[in-house]
Amino acid sequence: MSLLRVTDLKKHFPTYNQKLLRRPGAPVKAVDGLSLTLEAGETLGLVGESGCGKSTAGRTILKLLEPTGGTIEFEGRDVTHAKGEELRHLRRELQMVFQDPYGSLNPRHPIGQIIAAPFEIQKVTPPGGIKKEVQALMERVGLNPEHYNRYPHEFSGGQRQRIGVARAIALKPKLVVCDEPVSALDVSIQAQVINLLEDIQNEQNLAYVFIAHDLSVVRHISDRVMVMYLGKVMEVADRNSLYERPMHPYTQALMSAVPVPEPRRDRERILLSGDLPSPQNPPSGCVFRTRCPIATDRCAAETPIPTELEPGHIVACHYPKVREVV
Amino acid sequence: MSTNELEPIGVELLESNGPKVDRSRTTGTPDKFLRVDDLHVHFPTDDGMVKAVDGLTFDLEKGTTLGIVGESGSGKSVTSLAIMGLHRGSRAKVSGHIWLDGEDLLQVSDEELRSLRGRKMAMIFQDPLSSLHPYYTIGQQLTEALQVHQKVTKKQARTHVVDMLGRVGIPNPDRRFDQYPHEFSGGMRQRAMIAMALLNDPELLIADEPTTALDVTVQAQILDLMRSLQDEFGSAIIMITHDLGVVAEIADDVLVMYGGKCVEYAEVDDAFHQPDHPYTWGLMSSMPRLDRVKQERLVPVAGNPPSLINIPSGCAFNPRCAFKDASPVACDAVVPELLESYPKHDSRCHIPVPKRAELFAERVAPRL
Repeated sequence: MSLLRVTDLKKHFPTYNQKLLRRPGAPVKAVDGLSLTLEAGETLGLVGESGCGKSTAGRTILKLLEPTGGTIEFEGRDVTHAKGEELRHLRRELQMVFQDPYGSLNPRHPIGQIIAAPFEIQKVTPPGGIKKEVQALMERVGLNPEHYNRYPHEFSGGQRQRIGVARAIALKPKLVVCDEPVSALDVSIQAQVINLLEDIQNEQNLAYVFIAHDLSVVRHISDRVMVMYLGKVMEVADRNSLYERPMHPYTQALMSAVPVPEPRRDRERILLSGDLPSPQNPPSGCVFRTRCPIATDRCAAETPIPTELEPGHIVACHYPKVREVV
Repeated sequence: MSTNELEPIGVELLESNGPKVDRSRTTGTPDKFLRVDDLHVHFPTDDGMVKAVDGLTFDLEKGTTLGIVGESGSGKSVTSLAIMGLHRGSRAKVSGHIWLDGEDLLQVSDEELRSLRGRKMAMIFQDPLSSLHPYYTIGQQLTEALQVHQKVTKKQARTHVVDMLGRVGIPNPDRRFDQYPHEFSGGMRQRAMIAMALLNDPELLIADEPTTALDVTVQAQILDLMRSLQDEFGSAIIMITHDLGVVAEIADDVLVMYGGKCVEYAEVDDAFHQPDHPYTWGLMSSMPRLDRVKQERLVPVAGNPPSLINIPSGCAFNPRCAFKDASPVACDAVVPELLESYPKHDSRCHIPVPKRAELFAERVAPRL
């Protein structure tokens, strides 16, 4: 039994053509048919350009957003439409680390109170009392436990992200969704937080859904990586086969665009023309076809079905072909 | 404040670390296209003096690109604002020299500076949405940038602007001319900013994190664009970034800043193949690499970047340096000089050069 099984998850946001009359327009299909499984202790990287639906996917999995369709199973239980008490219980197992360490901490609360909030909401008293547990958590994430009564503004960006991590792991959850947890941090601080997340995972057998746009960070931290484009999954594979043998033209373009810190190294670059199409009016057939260098008429007519071409390597493309780009 | 007060005190010169770099030229006009000479930018605040830039020297020729790398608060953006003269009228105390094509930008009048800005030198900012005015169309804003410096009719201006929008890769430039910034995507806005910067064929282009807010695919397009425009116009480019990958891709020279000072300054190949400062090593080993199978663990730089009000005594990097035991000098007491370790390769560290090469080869390179 997988820890998490998501099947054909959809999240559509309604739009209205006229504010006054509230006539519904075409919905924005932020996530449109996402399926994934996650085992305990595993890290799944979720990558894609801004607007591809990766953050919405993370939030919908945690039920911060109500899914439009599909199912979410956690430890074999269907939690797609969990509400109220059931949902609150579920949140003990499912937590989140946010991107913005400035915006996700209440500036009026001392950090001791912020990290203690999960205990109070869940009405859980850890052995030894909340304060002791919070200080142990602070110590664990590399904060000085004596700073219990300080406020978020007294901490640097990296330290604030550590506070966010302490809050997320307070209830010993089984799954944490990390939404761009290191992108707001400086390079040297980024590595500190990545190492912290890895250490905690090893200690507690945590599973992560790691959402990021930085493909280098995702390669480092993930066991498996999923590439999204316009709400749909383009390619999923374990880390090494995805980076060494990408088969989807979008994955190849994305990877070839990442600058590598090695001067005068000639790499082939696959340039994508144009911008991301509107998710309100996605292209017919394969959503990537308008920017795809190898698209044909077939791509406009038929939607490619995600297919397992190698063990564990799933590609949604009519013309998959391995191409080394890294 | 006189410049004397800003001189570092207690400096000792280590002969073994190579000749002292000539950083003292204060008279005459340098032959370089751009020469920043002993630049200091200090901000007086209630909590004390913020030494954002503290004695920075570099130069740049036409047709070449300098990459300035550093973390937040290292002084890289403040440097670019100083070159553009954008600290004028603020409380900042700027001293030193900025020679651009024979003129000292710190001495010229506001009037002259205004005529240089946008014509001879231009800047691209990080966030294109907050740099563009939401109430005016892209066309109006670009036309204004042109008309400030050139006597052209409205019609000529429009032709020129539309042409430039097309050159930076904006499709349907004639239609886009009449649109507002909110109708542009992030990548398109940044292209419009670049088009605005290039309208008057500037000889110096300063790009402050121009691609940080953009997706990698768009970043690749913008970097390609900047490279091809440099080939076409022969401009000098200063590229400010925290991404070593971007530097490797676009720069000819690299300047690494830490705590308001230059800690390493070299040609790009040398900087990446034989980096010579422990901070540069730290940056390199804390970055995961796209093209490598997973390293066991990243090696971050310990601690946090320094507060610029309270810069650590001695070498500003010493509290975070993992190699200070190898130094023959007390790193927390003596400020290291910027010295020429190798030809055209300067760095600011007390550890003797051969020892540094050994440390890099044995302890840093294997884990990169």
